[in-house]
Amino acid sequence: MPGIATLRAMSSALKNRVISSTELTQEHLATIAEDKTNSFITVAKDSALEQAKRAEQMREQGSSHPLTGVPLAHKDIFCTKGITTTCGSRMLENFVAPYDAHVVALLNQAGMVTLGKTNMDEFAMGSSNESSHFGPVSNPWNMDKVPGGSSGGSAAAVAAGLVACATGTDTGGSIRQPAALCGITGLKPTYGRISRYGMIAFASSLDQAGPMTCDAEDAALMLSAMAGFDSKDSTSAQRQDAWLADFAEHGIPDLERPLKIGLPQEYYADLSNGSIIEAVQKTLAQQGHELVDVSLPHTQAAIPVYYVIAGAEASTNLSRYDGVRFGHRCENPQSLEDLYKRSRSEGFGDEVKRRILTGTYTLSVGYFDAYYIKAQQIRRLISEDFNNVFANVDVLLTPTSPTPAFSQGQLSDDPIAMYQQDLYTVPTSLAGLPALSMPCGFVDGLPVGAQLIAPAFREDVLLGLAAQYQKHSDWHLQRPNGFRVSKEWAA
Amino acid sequence: MSWEAVIGLEIHVQLATQSKIFSGAATTYGAEPNAQACAVDLGLPGVLPVLNETAVEMAVKFGLAIGAEINLHSIFDRKNYFYPDLPKGYQISQFATPIVGQGEIKLDLADGSQRVIGITRAHLEEDAGKSVHDLFPGQTGIDLNRTGTPLLEVVSEPDLRSASEAAEYFRQMHSLVKYLGICDGNLAEGSMRCDANVSVRPHGQEAFGERTEIKNINSFRFVERAIELEIERQIDVLEAGGTIHRETRLFDADADETRSMRSKELSEDYRYFPDPDLLPLHISSAFVQAVRDSLPELPDARCQRYQEAMGLSAYDAASLSNDLDRAEFFEAVVSVCNNPKLSANWLNGELSAYLNNADLEIAASPVTAGQLGQLIQRIDDETLSSKTAKELFKALWTQADTESNVDALIEQLGLKQMNDDGELSAIVSGVLEANPDQVAELKSGKDKVLGFLVGQVMKATGGKANPKQVNELIRKSL
Amino acid sequence: MSEAKPTIDLPHLANLARLNFDSDSSESARADLEKIIAMIDAMQAVNTEGVAPLSHPLEGAQRLRQDLVTETEQRDNFQSTAPATSEGYYLVPRVVD
Repeated sequence: MPGIATLRAMSSALKNRVISSTELTQEHLATIAEDKTNSFITVAKDSALEQAKRAEQMREQGSSHPLTGVPLAHKDIFCTKGITTTCGSRMLENFVAPYDAHVVALLNQAGMVTLGKTNMDEFAMGSSNESSHFGPVSNPWNMDKVPGGSSGGSAAAVAAGLVACATGTDTGGSIRQPAALCGITGLKPTYGRISRYGMIAFASSLDQAGPMTCDAEDAALMLSAMAGFDSKDSTSAQRQDAWLADFAEHGIPDLERPLKIGLPQEYYADLSNGSIIEAVQKTLAQQGHELVDVSLPHTQAAIPVYYVIAGAEASTNLSRYDGVRFGHRCENPQSLEDLYKRSRSEGFGDEVKRRILTGTYTLSVGYFDAYYIKAQQIRRLISEDFNNVFANVDVLLTPTSPTPAFSQGQLSDDPIAMYQQDLYTVPTSLAGLPALSMPCGFVDGLPVGAQLIAPAFREDVLLGLAAQYQKHSDWHLQRPNGFRVSKEWAA
Repeated sequence: MSWEAVIGLEIHVQLATQSKIFSGAATTYGAEPNAQACAVDLGLPGVLPVLNETAVEMAVKFGLAIGAEINLHSIFDRKNYFYPDLPKGYQISQFATPIVGQGEIKLDLADGSQRVIGITRAHLEEDAGKSVHDLFPGQTGIDLNRTGTPLLEVVSEPDLRSASEAAEYFRQMHSLVKYLGICDGNLAEGSMRCDANVSVRPHGQEAFGERTEIKNINSFRFVERAIELEIERQIDVLEAGGTIHRETRLFDADADETRSMRSKELSEDYRYFPDPDLLPLHISSAFVQAVRDSLPELPDARCQRYQEAMGLSAYDAASLSNDLDRAEFFEAVVSVCNNPKLSANWLNGELSAYLNNADLEIAASPVTAGQLGQLIQRIDDETLSSKTAKELFKALWTQADTESNVDALIEQLGLKQMNDDGELSAIVSGVLEANPDQVAELKSGKDKVLGFLVGQVMKATGGKANPKQVNELIRKSL
Repeated sequence: MSEAKPTIDLPHLANLARLNFDSDSSESARADLEKIIAMIDAMQAVNTEGVAPLSHPLEGAQRLRQDLVTETEQRDNFQSTAPATSEGYYLVPRVVD
């Protein structure tokens, strides 16, 4: 399985002409064709091979980037010109995007090869990839279990060794939680770090794109290619972080000094598998870091706040799906109202409808102050909680998810129980902070992830610490069925 | 029962930017359907808005011109409703915090009086597209070219008290936005649209009556007529013992009536909330000052100056100061001839007549300000009489050459007034000799006949004699 | 602080959101929504007196774009994905004003 090698291994192999882009792409496509996890919605065979050829030309002309010729998959939430972009929904089942998302364009310019679009919860709403119109995704570690969501397809594809990297998006945990459930590394950058232009919107003040890879080094390489100011996105941050540019050339630098790592007590309260995260703490302490108990008092309020804000933003972001200019249209609409109501009711699944109704309710006359304003006030308190602890510590360590992968169908009838899966990831999204999930153990053969949270725009701390942890552990190298990630290309 | 009307106008001004308020698509009128609707305008999945700087400048310019508070911090909100000409299913507007706060304008009424009309607020928002109902059988065609054009919505206080006042307010707003260069004022193209809120109450009652809203009125005449009709209708209903229901009505010019809009739901809840794709708009005092510095002298101040420093009448001053192009043309003429009164006369008289006839704006005048200024100089120094001056003007207009030299043209056309006493005396003597009866009448006190004699001299000189001198010469010779 | 069950007018909400529910799905949607609102109501216990709402995690002001035309005509490209068009217009069932 080609995806078992790291991005850096592939990059090296390509550079040293051990393998050509076309051969590498063909190997990937062949493996994907055998995939049983349903992690792909669309495989873009022809365009992938064209891109591989172009990558070879780039290499001939001497204008290549470390990622030139390296294949990846995009979560089906990113607009890819000429390739169906469904967002996991019947509403966009046949929507061929007329333009590329900014992030997609950046990676295309670097010469990467898009193999296809990965499966996801419909419109990014979910934590199990069970709400996709294109069928659920299976967790490669145990096919009866969910891979997590909403970036379930991307996580499963990487864990199954189909690709070394897939892009994901994280609004309340949708990169981190599936990364944890699938035993891979997932990075949610600071809000504003990566452009949202062309990334189909779920909750505008929360959505962020990010890489899902086997380890921190690969995540850093991807981040350096994906990040940067985009004038088409008003919420795109203008930053000059020297370490970001350095990642591509020099990898992740060693941490300059030991860190103070905060352990927020609210995240450790009802821990079922405390021994796993304690082992992580021990490994980090052995590296000279200081572990400190801290408190984020408003953590409990985060889930309701998230569902008010995300619901409100999503309910209006999804109003454009009306059967008029693109997307699903009902047969023989009898009137304008009929066009809207039937197209939307046919196009959207149940979870999406629930969220739209929630958002409509909380924004409506008479409820706005009690819900929307209240939620934004608590959001500030949550954000201040983080600012307060970061005055004293460099980074936070928490579990990523309350449980390892649960069974398919186990929670799909209980929306509230499903929402609780986001307990540890939602607060960071509300505060816009960067966070990373890295594999740190197994429970009953299922992966468990540890989450690192850093202050705004300090992805260097996350990646530096994760890279160090991964030098002293090998959870991230493990793959289902006894396979192991390889840092060298095996022909 | 004596009734008083209470009217407020909401005017949507299309700002004259090159590109849309939130995208880089062009705003030019008249393109092929949907040729100017880019991905952002169409609300395609994944697109995002970015705010146009010039739209903000224009809003601030307007605010300063009406003496309003400029809100340095304002937010864009989503106004949510479904309609096919609104691609995103929401309009980006400003609800809670408009960029321009309370201001006012002074309305000049026909009877010469002035009323101060309050302006509650003005805010930025995006325009919607257009629907075409009669091109496709059983279908409506949607053209989204207009989507995203920047609008400034100006909301007046309910200070207007009659349909004609409302029309005058609309006219003055139109004049002001053109003057400031923020709108081309082309009503036929929909550059300015207005909604009127109308209610009536018994004279003396403080509380307002229930109001109705008349939507999308696009001409001065229609504003007045629509409001007139609505006031009448409301009075009729109330006097018959009925009640007015808050509703939205459309003005039907052909049927000459207003009627209720079936499709507009009263239960529409717009669910306004801050648009998360846009950050709060913070403009600095330096930004506002820069706009203030770029403001032309405003009509009111200019009008004062024309009266005080140049001695123009209030009427002349007003007519020259409310259009920036006219004002600048006028001042350019004055800078050449130094005669404001005559300059005003010629601008408001001959030049306006010619321009109207040819359907031209003053900026396209074939006669330049410099040429007109020189023409007036030649009237002042009596080279030209008022009659020959008009002939010269006509020639300049026809030549339509900015290089045309006034003096050369006077020579060429032989328009020089005869001012030489010697020459004129001879002709005067000749005329007096030829008309002994009239001379006798004149001597006996019938002044009227002087005109006839002067006329004869003018005829004899082909209109070139200086009438004043002829007058004097005739009197002297009696 | 809301003790009474929230009054959810599902037909009204569904209409605002332009969604259809038949009587069965309407009941289950209402039940779900009631549970979600009850979960959300836990928020009311937090003291937020004097706290300003936070609408963006990024502090900062809206960037202003220069007033330039940067888009070119792409009608065919954009309309290639449209359900119903004619002569450049998007078509919907006739709307009566």
